Amino acid sequence: MLPHYWPTPVTGDPLIYGADVSIALVSIAILFVLFYYKKWGWLWREWLTTVDHKKIGILYVIAALLMLFRGGVDGLLMRTQLAQPNMHFLESEHYNQVFSTHGTIMILFVAMPFMFALFNIVIPLQIGARDVAFPYLNAISFWMFFFGALLLNISFVIGGSPDAGWVSYAPLTEKQFDPGPGENFYLMALQLSGIGSMATGINFLVTILRMRAPGMTLMRMPLLTWAVLAASIIIIYAFPALTIALALLLIDRVAGAHFFTMGHGGNPMMYTNLFWIWGHPEVYIVLLPVFGVFSEVFPAFSGKRVFGYSSMVASLMAISIVSFLLWAHHFFTMGAGPGVNTYFGIASMAIGIPTGVKVFNWMFTMYRGRIRMTMPMRWAVGFIPNFVIGGATGVMLAAAPGDYQYHNSFFLIAHFHQVLIGGTIYGSLAGMYFWWPKMFGFTLDEKRGRIAFWLWNVGFYVTFFPQYLLGLMGMTRRIYTYPPGMGWTNLNLLSTIGAFLMGLGFIYIVWDILYSTMHRSELKDVTGDPWNARSLEWSLPSPPPHYNFAVVPTVTRRDEWWELKKSGRADVLRPTAQDIEAIHMPNNSGKPIIFSVFFFIVGLGFVFEWYAVIVIGLAGVLATMLLRSVEEDTGHHIPAEEVRHEEMALGRM
Amino acid sequence: MSSHMMEGGHGDGFTPHGRSFPWLHVVGYLLSLVLTIIAFLAVLNHWLSGRTLISIIMLLAVMQIGIQLFFFMHFTEGHGPRYHIMALGFALFFTIIFVGGSVWIMSFGGSQAY
Ligand code: HEM
Ligand SMILES: [Cu+2]
Repeated sequence: MLPHYWPTPVTGDPLIYGADVSIALVSIAILFVLFYYKKWGWLWREWLTTVDHKKIGILYVIAALLMLFRGGVDGLLMRTQLAQPNMHFLESEHYNQVFSTHGTIMILFVAMPFMFALFNIVIPLQIGARDVAFPYLNAISFWMFFFGALLLNISFVIGGSPDAGWVSYAPLTEKQFDPGPGENFYLMALQLSGIGSMATGINFLVTILRMRAPGMTLMRMPLLTWAVLAASIIIIYAFPALTIALALLLIDRVAGAHFFTMGHGGNPMMYTNLFWIWGHPEVYIVLLPVFGVFSEVFPAFSGKRVFGYSSMVASLMAISIVSFLLWAHHFFTMGAGPGVNTYFGIASMAIGIPTGVKVFNWMFTMYRGRIRMTMPMRWAVGFIPNFVIGGATGVMLAAAPGDYQYHNSFFLIAHFHQVLIGGTIYGSLAGMYFWWPKMFGFTLDEKRGRIAFWLWNVGFYVTFFPQYLLGLMGMTRRIYTYPPGMGWTNLNLLSTIGAFLMGLGFIYIVWDILYSTMHRSELKDVTGDPWNARSLEWSLPSPPPHYNFAVVPTVTRRDEWWELKKSGRADVLRPTAQDIEAIHMPNNSGKPIIFSVFFFIVGLGFVFEWYAVIVIGLAGVLATMLLRSVEEDTGHHIPAEEVRHEEMALGRM
Repeated sequence: MSSHMMEGGHGDGFTPHGRSFPWLHVVGYLLSLVLTIIAFLAVLNHWLSGRTLISIIMLLAVMQIGIQLFFFMHFTEGHGPRYHIMALGFALFFTIIFVGGSVWIMSFGGSQAY
């Protein structure tokens, strides 16, 4: 019989027992609510089988916030352990698991779903479309992401978590050095969600290229749409490298191959190389969309059009290409030689140029504008100093000889948190506050939001500035404890205090959401355009009807909605009774979630190396695909009469 | 412009084949199996070695790409702007960058045994 693991529960740590109990309690509570209020049918019909991009977007937001909580708790656990020298809060192995899951979750299951939430919620509305190009595939994307995330998250209660960092470098991750199912969880979780990401990239590339409203030429597209186009290009060409790297490592681990082993002709450094061919573009996948968000937020709240539209477009496209040419700056210390390091160092610094152009453009957009300090604007303004510092430290790291000092120190940690939190997370939150009324029909409360922002912003600097210094003082990353007398103690304590401030900030954001939901009638958005903003989505009611546009608008220039409002002709985007025709919409389907459940089973099979389970799972995957390909599913039409009724009820006719 | 494209579509879809038997797919499938088997046997039976072997395998890989594009992805069909040519151009460009870059990096300027 082939060897395999038993899915044994992880034992021996009070923290894990605590987590077990809370997971059990939450699950029971959810099941209770669903049974008690007989919500199963509703859940299935409205959410689990939906192909509506708006709902899928909301699912991504919820998932991202939940994962931000999980990843945040991981972060606080690490900071608690490091607050003082010689702490025994986490043992070394547990610490390894916590930093590995923290990084993996934050990049793949927080930053990515936040981006996909933006893609889904905004893009079709912004380009005047009724859904994405491939709605069914879009549902598959979400569920593959969801079950990938679930797979990684169950690892800490059964089987054990991955413990070799979010990069999972070989040869440490080869079976020989890292037995047990932990790494398999990592490999399969990323593989499943990677399928979803790839599909999302393709979907939005096609959506943006082919489904724009008539008259919306490329150079009339809002900048968020451009940013998503650029990010989709990166997704499509970067993800295959990750897929290959993970697949080969999995083959090494479960089938005894030697792609990345130390002996038998394997080359462990090739894993590092492949990983970063994906890894560096990945940081731009989670960054370009938020550049898009800022390019919407700054003009909206400065009352001006964006400064330098064409240079914004050019820099987005330049970044999307150049981001593929820099990957080796993540392993200068591998010693590939002066030629290689010099090229990759200089190329990395060069990407600062298009990024700098954008920062200047945002500032010129605000210059002499009529600025309104709303919640989205607050996060956007907070982003600028953050990102400038992050870029500057990035350029420091890109100087290869310098990097021999900074590499894998807390200086590096501070750098990438500066850009990832200061860029991606600030941008996601700006986007969340900005489009929240569009999703739910009410704005989020300012007062609580402001407290959240300041706790978070102050906490951020208090957490990460000491880490730059610690790095320069020689503290390396991924150490679980340190002796007293290194001069590190006070700065570490300060950093931990900052981390808890940020934690408090997160709680305030959640409180803001709950508070605003409870007071949604006072915060209701009746106009559909609560911010007096510029692009097409604000011409629709909040939330928009299922079909988005009763009549697809015709676009004649940039910022169409803003220009119409300015000339007092906003009414031309309202439907008239004779213009309304029957609307063709895609059907809901249960297959995407079922398909993904089978993939989850395949994942579990590989994790525990249970071949029968893999076969069962794959059979299910193939069966659902086969059923889909023989299915006659051409969508349905909403009759014109029904559309007219709906528009009347929305007060638009 | 149509409201959205249904996958596997009628109406807005790209495939003009209707419901006839998918011969193209079957042929493509067989061809890709054959190419895989050739590559596999070449390694297993030590037909060739060193650079020739690697070159042959790379050639077979390129042929596989061609089969994917023409037999499964309907590369020659479609209407509207030729975005797919652009996409393929990008793919070619990035492939050269990745392969060339990796060889350059992993050969350590020629001073390493790999
Ligand atoms: C001017 C722009 C930037 C430059 C020149 C730059 C440069 C670098 C360099 C050289 C490293 C490797 C340092 C080392 O490992 O010793 C690095 C690490 C990193 N950077 Fe940047 N960076 C820039 C912007 C960004 C942005 C915008 C993001 C994310 C949104 C980002 C995310 C990261 C991450 C996640 C790592 C560490 C990965 C790891 O080892 O776990 N960087 N950066
Ligand atoms: Cu990088």
